[in-house]
Amino acid sequence: MRSAKLKVLAVITLAAAGLYSSMAVAADKLVLGFAQVGAESEWRTANTESIKSSAKEAGVDLKFSDAQQKQENQIKAIRSYIAQKVDVIAFSPVVESGWEPVLREAKAAKIPVILTDRAVKVSDDSLYTAFIGSDFLEEGRRGGRWLQDKYKGQQGPINIAELQGTVGSAPAIDRRNGLLEIIKNDDRFKVIASQSGDFTRAGGKQVMEAFLKAYGKQINVVYSHNDDMAIGAIQAIEEAGLKPGKDIIIVSFDATKGAFQAMMAGKMNVSVECSPLLGPQLMDTAKLVAAGKSVPKRIVTKETVFPMETAAATFPSRKY
Amino acid sequence: MNTSRLAAMARHPLALPLIALIVLLVVNRAFNATFFHIESKDGHLFGSLIDILNRASPLALVALGMTPVIATRGVDVSVGAVVAICAAVAAVLIGGQMHVENGVEVYVSNVPMPLAILAALAVGLICGLWNGTLVSVVGMQPIIATLILMVAGRGIAQLLTSGQIITIYYQPYFFLGAGYLFGLPFSLFIVAAVLLLLWLLTQRTALGLFITAIGINPVASYFAGVKARAITLWVFGFCGLTAAMAGLMISSNVKSADGNNAGLLMELDAILAVTLGGTSLGGGKFSLIGTVIGALIIQTLTYTTWSLGVPPEANLVVKAVVVFIVCVTQSDQLRQWLVRKPLEA
Repeated sequence: MRSAKLKVLAVITLAAAGLYSSMAVAADKLVLGFAQVGAESEWRTANTESIKSSAKEAGVDLKFSDAQQKQENQIKAIRSYIAQKVDVIAFSPVVESGWEPVLREAKAAKIPVILTDRAVKVSDDSLYTAFIGSDFLEEGRRGGRWLQDKYKGQQGPINIAELQGTVGSAPAIDRRNGLLEIIKNDDRFKVIASQSGDFTRAGGKQVMEAFLKAYGKQINVVYSHNDDMAIGAIQAIEEAGLKPGKDIIIVSFDATKGAFQAMMAGKMNVSVECSPLLGPQLMDTAKLVAAGKSVPKRIVTKETVFPMETAAATFPSRKY
Repeated sequence: MNTSRLAAMARHPLALPLIALIVLLVVNRAFNATFFHIESKDGHLFGSLIDILNRASPLALVALGMTPVIATRGVDVSVGAVVAICAAVAAVLIGGQMHVENGVEVYVSNVPMPLAILAALAVGLICGLWNGTLVSVVGMQPIIATLILMVAGRGIAQLLTSGQIITIYYQPYFFLGAGYLFGLPFSLFIVAAVLLLLWLLTQRTALGLFITAIGINPVASYFAGVKARAITLWVFGFCGLTAAMAGLMISSNVKSADGNNAGLLMELDAILAVTLGGTSLGGGKFSLIGTVIGALIIQTLTYTTWSLGVPPEANLVVKAVVVFIVCVTQSDQLRQWLVRKPLEA
């Protein structure tokens, strides 16, 4: 009872305050509250860097929090941004579901929300203003198309071992579906094993070790949902006396520095880029949203595919 | 076959954990014909069983350290965080860079490796002694005392690594977690050494008796002249030390230190391994071999879900069901019912 009352009171005050602040600060410095997932990988660190540096350049007052991979921490951070009456809230949801209540609170407080990098599952689309980020499904398709290209004119069967990301996360779901969509009509390709390595090196290594024992030389391709797991898998393949990149083709995602090093050593065949450098796009969008202008609901970051052949040439210009 | 001897064997505390482990291995064999197959590759043994032993090593180490803690009625939930801290210390100190000079890869470490390893072990010991001090000197509940480091530890690990995954490029360091000695993974020798040391300390000296006495009744043991405080302090210290070893092993194996994920939830697996091995959480009697079997059960189970193709979404459910069955079958009531012996006997 008490908390319900308090909540109503809080929402009313926040709504009023939110209206007030969005009018008052419009001419002033824009305040952006950003709830980061954590610092789980080089990719995420580059993402954080991009957001911090572009905020400085764009003259945005950035309030930044690190949730250490926990949804409850992110929700807490978003609640605190609502309480601080920031102009715009942006966050990178750690998982897809469970965001409705806090997004409703933000909406009630009239604070626009921008999602970055990962999407959410909500019944009401108006709970967020825009989603800037990679299209993981398209990334998965790119990985699948690269494989089709690689095996053009060759006979099957081509057995794929898949290293999934964290169960339930958007990139894990979409990168899997993107691949399945492409190979659905190509019966040479078959996913013979699929397990989660939690996006970590240790996870990728352990799962790959088990795969190698269970399927051995049947495995033609490793389809890893991120570079860290692929790096772990490469270690496992080497320890099994096989040559990653030759005996087993490695398809990975993100295109981090570690992946480029593996590609230059000939141990990884391709990394589909998933650019973390979305800071500038986020600042532009946040300014437009705060000024009350309309923005497209879905803003896709610019990305490409890096096969190992181009790795050495591209490497010096990479920022992450 | 003498049935009374069979019944006696079935009542042995290690019987059920062993049976559980064997059943798991047989299930694996049923689905995967090459499961027991071990071959020699590049001068070392290679196969599923070797993998399981190798990957169970860090858990077995942590669980071995945890066993005396639990036997003295304590529990240490900070071991996962200590693993992360020590892995971070080693990675930052060794780190190393790979310079490509004239096409040759040259490895340079920041600090001499033995020094870095000693530093990591010392940090683990200090973490353990900190926990032990809170428990034995300040008198805090073990779960609360170690919860502090569990929460703070990951922060410390991230601080050390500046929130990054630190990749280690110094080749000699990889021997610790991925090297082979006499054809067997080097990590097995470390586990064996720790097991032997603990066994000698607890079975060949009075220490084992003291630990059991503290666990059964701390007050009575105090009046009997057991130095409960000092023993508790050092039991926690040792637990921190084994966590440090596990941290070194893990970081060496994946050639990196990940402040966020190294040893994540390992404390729970370690407690589970100790319990599966037949040591009661209520303190008192403990079984070191049982703990190692418990760790092997957990790792075999994980391996099974991967190699049998259990959907990732269902992995934890399968694990939970097996653990439930093993724990339930360890209940004395059920045992007596199974062996059909009258309760008073």
